[in-house]
Amino acid sequence: MPPQRRPLTGWGLTSPTVADLVEVPNHEVPAALKEVGQRGALVRGLGRSYGDAAQNAGGLVLRLLGAAHQSVIDPDRGTVTVPAGVSIDDLLRVIVPRGYFVPVSPGTRFVTIGGAIASDIHGKNHHGEGSFGNHVESITMLLADGSHVVVGPVERPELFWATVGGMGLTGVILDATVRLIPIETSRMSVDTTRIPDLDTLLATMTEGDQNYRYSVAWIDPQAKGRSLGRSVLSRGDHARLEQLCPKDAIGPLVYNAKQMVTMPPLLLPNGVINHGTVAAFNELWYRKAPRHREGELQSIAAFFHPLDMVGRWNRIYGTRGMLQYQIVVPFGAEDTLRTVVERFSASGSASFLAVLKRFGPASLAPLSFPTPGWTLTMDVPAGTAGLGDLLHSLDRLVLDAGGRHYLAKDAVTTPDAVRRGYPRLAEWKAIRDSVDPTGMWQSDLSRRLGLTD
Amino acid sequence: MDNAVGEPQTLLLLGGTSDIGLAIVRELLSPAARTVVLACRNVESGEASAAGLRHSGLTVDVVHFDGSRPDTHEKFVADVAERHGDIDVAIVAFAQLGEGEATSRSVAEAAALTNLNFTGAVSSTIAVANRLRQQGHGSIVVLSSVAGERVRPANAVYGASKAGFDGFAQGLGDELAGEGIHVMVVRPGFVHSAMTEGMKPAPFATTPDKVALVTAKGLRQRRRIVWAPPILRVVFSVLRHVPGPVWRRLPLG
Repeated sequence: MPPQRRPLTGWGLTSPTVADLVEVPNHEVPAALKEVGQRGALVRGLGRSYGDAAQNAGGLVLRLLGAAHQSVIDPDRGTVTVPAGVSIDDLLRVIVPRGYFVPVSPGTRFVTIGGAIASDIHGKNHHGEGSFGNHVESITMLLADGSHVVVGPVERPELFWATVGGMGLTGVILDATVRLIPIETSRMSVDTTRIPDLDTLLATMTEGDQNYRYSVAWIDPQAKGRSLGRSVLSRGDHARLEQLCPKDAIGPLVYNAKQMVTMPPLLLPNGVINHGTVAAFNELWYRKAPRHREGELQSIAAFFHPLDMVGRWNRIYGTRGMLQYQIVVPFGAEDTLRTVVERFSASGSASFLAVLKRFGPASLAPLSFPTPGWTLTMDVPAGTAGLGDLLHSLDRLVLDAGGRHYLAKDAVTTPDAVRRGYPRLAEWKAIRDSVDPTGMWQSDLSRRLGLTD
Repeated sequence: MDNAVGEPQTLLLLGGTSDIGLAIVRELLSPAARTVVLACRNVESGEASAAGLRHSGLTVDVVHFDGSRPDTHEKFVADVAERHGDIDVAIVAFAQLGEGEATSRSVAEAAALTNLNFTGAVSSTIAVANRLRQQGHGSIVVLSSVAGERVRPANAVYGASKAGFDGFAQGLGDELAGEGIHVMVVRPGFVHSAMTEGMKPAPFATTPDKVALVTAKGLRQRRRIVWAPPILRVVFSVLRHVPGPVWRRLPLG
């Protein structure tokens, strides 16, 4: 199929640019790359990064075709070898019934394995088990010079770690071998607690997170004053067989995640989602949560991917789209964290979603986002008045506190902020340049943030 | 690259000493901005404009550019792209007002004005558009004028050149709509600026800064046409239909 010139955006629907898009199976990637011109090439997964990470204006964009049934499970080692273009959604449908789960699951199952590695994604278990790259045994890559290489923590570790979190700028990830975790059931055992304010939340998470494999807090982004940071903390683990009721224990590994509705393509008029409607929604969400409940059984989809129940939910913010501001600040910088939450709450922006999580130790990858500390994620409608000024001022606070931005989410920050936030950027660039001296791999993100300059 | 809140990194101002153009550049500057290119016929006066913009972290490059020489425009844009990479926003702001009614000027002067305001404006805009199409993104701000909406006897040559350029820009915008490129026509009324110094202000007179605010907002909303002040859209939807004998007598400055 010849490339089609079409506009692309990230999940936030901001900053559209036009590229030549082509869908190819892995073995046709070298042929497709013959079309590459001055504007370079990039692999795009399912376009779930919020900003411009999966766009390549004026250049070539490849979408890798791959099917989950091509994946090979090695039961002895508990690993799966899977084509990079396969989504976690498709992979779960193959591995959950066989008693396995992905080592790291993000907030959506609609990301590809290649994207999961390139963004070095994290999930609710980062405090104990780290990011996705920590669980990858090897990657088969196509490099700019046309050669195929296998890299891993043992084989060519420098290139491996530059590719983990490398935003697709080191080469094409063709397939990966990933260590899975064994599960007895497809249910989650979840403890839920309503927390009245930010201080209590930080204390509760600091004390109790180590007792849980998964932990995440939903924060009411509109709450102010004494209620600032009021939240619903949800923590849990995969349910064991004996926790299921006899009826469910007949098919303990049944997995059947569905989308209930899809947002219509006609975007809501700008302004329907405003501070008032969203504040009401968040109030309801907080009130409906139990004060404290232990051992509730939930499905994998309800626990890990609640937003996936509404297809194309990104359309809810209207034509101007949205962005997701995600930062991490080190432990000890709780004041900065509080200020960021306060400033968002005071800005009157209509944020549906704010999530707080504790990160454990960082990985070896120079551009991997997670570092030990607090990570805060906020959805904001891109049309919010004064948003640029707000975010740039928060950037300074976060960087001064030793924090950084998540490149897979970023859509606003500057080259300088990335240089400050990622002190190992130069080291990464050197490795990248050694495998791509002519600058074949480019993206809107790399141009905007000067990653490949 | 523009970021998600519409802040550009690289700005090109054709007509680098234009008051309105510079006001738009200032309005679009943010911590995300990295480079401003001022394209001027007179590089020395361009340097004076540049001095007002420079701060740490922002490169301001003053480059010689002659709007009245269409044969040089392609090479000019190629040089800018070579030196500074992608152009996020280009502002086409150069024009001359000229003096007096059409029949009172020398024929050569009228032709020169048309060559600059229309022919040169069209050719430089196409040169920029070709570059933006190749890079797959970008915006072009075209400074038109209400003088082109209904041409007045007091400045028929200027008004006609703006009318022509305005029409061209709209057509170009529609042509490029599927290419990720945004062309926006700005139609200011009377603007207090160097160009209109000493002239009697027309009703709804505005300032370069106000035009810049309207322009920045229009860019964020990806509008096709904006009026400055916005009320002129209403005013001119009436004036467009005023009968000729009345139109000629209206005190429009």
